[in-house]
Amino acid sequence: MAASPLRFIQVGKHFSRGAARVRALDALDLNLTAGSITGLLGPDGAGKTTLMRLAAGLLLPDVGTIQVLGADTRARAAKIQAEIGYMPQQFGLYEDLTVQENLDLHADLQGLSAEAARTRQRELLRMTALGPFGTRRAGTLSGGMKQKLGLACALLRVPPLLLLDEPTVGVDPIARRELWGIIQGLKDQGVTVLMSTAYFDEAERCDEIILLHQGKLLKKDTLAAFRLPLQGRCFRVTEDTGNKRRLRESLQRRPGVQDARIVAAGVRVLCQGPSVEAAPGERWQAETPTFEDAFVDLLGTAEMPDEAAPAAPAAATADQDAEIIIEVRDLRKRFGNFEAVKGNTFMVRKGQIFGLLGANGAGKTTTFRMLCGLLPASSGTLRVAGVDMRRATAQARARIGYVSQKFSLYGNLSCDQNLAFFSAAYGLRGTWRRQRLQWAVQKFQLSDYREVNADQLPLGIKQRLALACALLHAPPILFLDEPTSGVDPLARREFWQRVNALAESGVTVMITTHFLEEAEYCDHLVLLSQGEVLAQGSPQQVRALAQDKTHPEPSMEEAFIHLIQTHENQGRRAS
Amino acid sequence: MNAQRLRGLMRKEFLQILRDPSAIAIAFVMPVFLLFLFGYGVSLDAKRVPIAVVVHQPTAETSALIGGLQESPYFQPRVYASIRGAEQAVMTRRANGVVWLRSDFSRRLLQGNTASIGVLVDGVDANNARILEGYLQGVWQNWLRQRALHAGTPLIVPVHDEYRIWFNPALRSRDYLVPGLIAVIMTLIGALLTALVVAREWEHGTMEALMATPVGMGEILLGKLIPYFFMGMGGMLLSVALAVWLFAVPLVGSFWVLLFCSALFLLVALGMGLLISSVARNQFVAGQIAIIVTFLPAFILSGFIFDIQSMPAAVRVITHAVAARYFVSILQTVFLAGDVWPILLWNSLALGLMAALFLGLTLHRSHKRLD
Repeated sequence: MAASPLRFIQVGKHFSRGAARVRALDALDLNLTAGSITGLLGPDGAGKTTLMRLAAGLLLPDVGTIQVLGADTRARAAKIQAEIGYMPQQFGLYEDLTVQENLDLHADLQGLSAEAARTRQRELLRMTALGPFGTRRAGTLSGGMKQKLGLACALLRVPPLLLLDEPTVGVDPIARRELWGIIQGLKDQGVTVLMSTAYFDEAERCDEIILLHQGKLLKKDTLAAFRLPLQGRCFRVTEDTGNKRRLRESLQRRPGVQDARIVAAGVRVLCQGPSVEAAPGERWQAETPTFEDAFVDLLGTAEMPDEAAPAAPAAATADQDAEIIIEVRDLRKRFGNFEAVKGNTFMVRKGQIFGLLGANGAGKTTTFRMLCGLLPASSGTLRVAGVDMRRATAQARARIGYVSQKFSLYGNLSCDQNLAFFSAAYGLRGTWRRQRLQWAVQKFQLSDYREVNADQLPLGIKQRLALACALLHAPPILFLDEPTSGVDPLARREFWQRVNALAESGVTVMITTHFLEEAEYCDHLVLLSQGEVLAQGSPQQVRALAQDKTHPEPSMEEAFIHLIQTHENQGRRAS
Repeated sequence: MNAQRLRGLMRKEFLQILRDPSAIAIAFVMPVFLLFLFGYGVSLDAKRVPIAVVVHQPTAETSALIGGLQESPYFQPRVYASIRGAEQAVMTRRANGVVWLRSDFSRRLLQGNTASIGVLVDGVDANNARILEGYLQGVWQNWLRQRALHAGTPLIVPVHDEYRIWFNPALRSRDYLVPGLIAVIMTLIGALLTALVVAREWEHGTMEALMATPVGMGEILLGKLIPYFFMGMGGMLLSVALAVWLFAVPLVGSFWVLLFCSALFLLVALGMGLLISSVARNQFVAGQIAIIVTFLPAFILSGFIFDIQSMPAAVRVITHAVAARYFVSILQTVFLAGDVWPILLWNSLALGLMAALFLGLTLHRSHKRLD
């Protein structure tokens, strides 16, 4: 058997942040199998990026040794870097340079002859389907294309070891599928791949999975070995009323249930043991364990606060005939000659969780900004909470809460100071202000972090704070722009529990996401492609659109890819 | 050092320069802007200074003196009938000084007695006040001489002064400000360019990707140094062209000496920028540091405006660490005095040492690692 291309021996790494020393990795032992794809998973701050950088010789360990392709990173970093391929999280592309120029630069850096460079580049351009974009600047490419180009740059010389740091983050499902095709192809050429990822379904495609938590190796094994202890503990629960959200709440609180989450066909339950009492009217069906179950089992579910039932659940149902709170008719947005949003129409009802889905560049963010009054519409009707957004944006803004992708918190203000600032910005006063501040700290469990600066907070807590700030003025509508991108799986689940609770209490939630499994949490979806509404309806209805003989029960991701590809083909035929 | 890698890095840098206007703005627009601002806005000469002339009793003598003031390019006299009005004009800053010819001025003169002229100067701007004082004296000495000549009784002064002004005979302050300014501009261009572009690589994550390739740290640094050296020299030539053709500053010394010394100084400035970028990994901080530690000292402590000899001893010692000081001295010499080798050699030696120090320190401090 070939020697391990990457070995960590009792590796420890600390960082000093101000006066404090933060432990990033601790006594880590690791061995990659040659010619395999290994997935690196773990919550935010588990040490995934540090591990990658250590392996690339860009950081040196405090203790322990790392051997890459038989060489010690301390002594022979230059030799290692000459051999491995490495793609950092930020792509490492020059945005002002074209696709071809980026490739040329890396060919020169790798010392390829002109002849070899041309052949290899042609191969890579074909593999990544970037051929037609050779003269486009890298900065104008979509997220998925940037990732593919970044990968191509790391692959100019076929490296024996390829390190990929979250190569699929921020990438739409179609591009993700293409990236995986490339990675599989590399494996067939004998390349050993180590990639970190936030997607559970990607972990399932890896030969081996490394699970990190707080700088420690929790488990490294094959997928089958991860699943084994969960046999007989996973179920799918359905109920006649079809209100999955309330069913989930009820199951989560039941003794013996470790975790409950909403999936396409019902609520998926992970039990602590094999026997849990079913309530009348529920149907329990055994399921095969997935890696997500194993992840939750090993890391535990993030704790939730007082899960007291909402005050008036009956009034808060997301009925299909509830009052319309957002009305969009024939909405258009033009940027110069380019039409980003092309005459879209949809309605949002009170208390709904309304999802806006689409590939990169589909017009999600543009639509979203118009709805929040951040961007004027070119034409069409736009009413939010009864206010015409094209006339009285200020009035409508008082009735919406908005959390942007980057959270918009003041990094060097403490939690309390951020809350105080936003309460003042929303014009809260006196007792009402005090009450709301108290509510925010309690509801979002921020009491342990009150004096901590927002910059120093873990991403998940930061997200809670951003949510708290946006809800201080008790708005009836909440806008969330890609709130879960870059957030680890556990924090994401906790986030969705909160959003569910909000919707149950009657807040209308409008959300964009590119995690398609999250679409299942929504009551109503709008699928955008190239500025047009491709499909809308409940998650079941959208999935049903992609049903055919080969896919009797398509997942949201399959439906998404199917619908977009059909649409693009039609577009191509029409032109 | 690998030629292919270096060539690749340099080509990348040139493409970025072409497509991102900020580097071009720093190298070419900023010098023009600063030269215009300082070339036209800053003048240490006193010209057309408004002064109040108090004449109690207008006579032929007084109008001759006023005529002398009017002819002088330095004054704009305005006649007041009473000292009170003139004082008021000084108080409200409508006049910078007062010349007071009392009612007995002409009478005493004609009688052959000593007549006195009252002079009052606004001393708020000390520098201007001194210049004003000197010019005023010049005016009436001239007037006295002419008057004596007229009367056929030559003025007898035991000592006769014979002025010769070297290098800048017209005493135009612009002629020595503009060359000094070029040093300040070059400091800013050199340090800002490199500090910002390296910080940009850190910000965009491209540095991390570069470091994980076979490229060496020396190659990365040279790949920055060479393109921005040419950019900086371009900015330099533009500044010299403006100085010579627009501001009509004479270039007495040789152009090639100027070019050589500028290249040397540019290496120092680029080295400072690279050293800054090894500390500051974001563009905002890098820009701030570059302005505070390179531009401001170059402006204040280089002798470009403020004479180093008249600074307190401790500050004089500090000025030796300011690279622009040596370059200002070189520039003022080459432009106005010519190729004075002792000055050029010693200052060039100092620049050479500083370039080696900064570039060496940068190389020593830069590792192909992220921490």
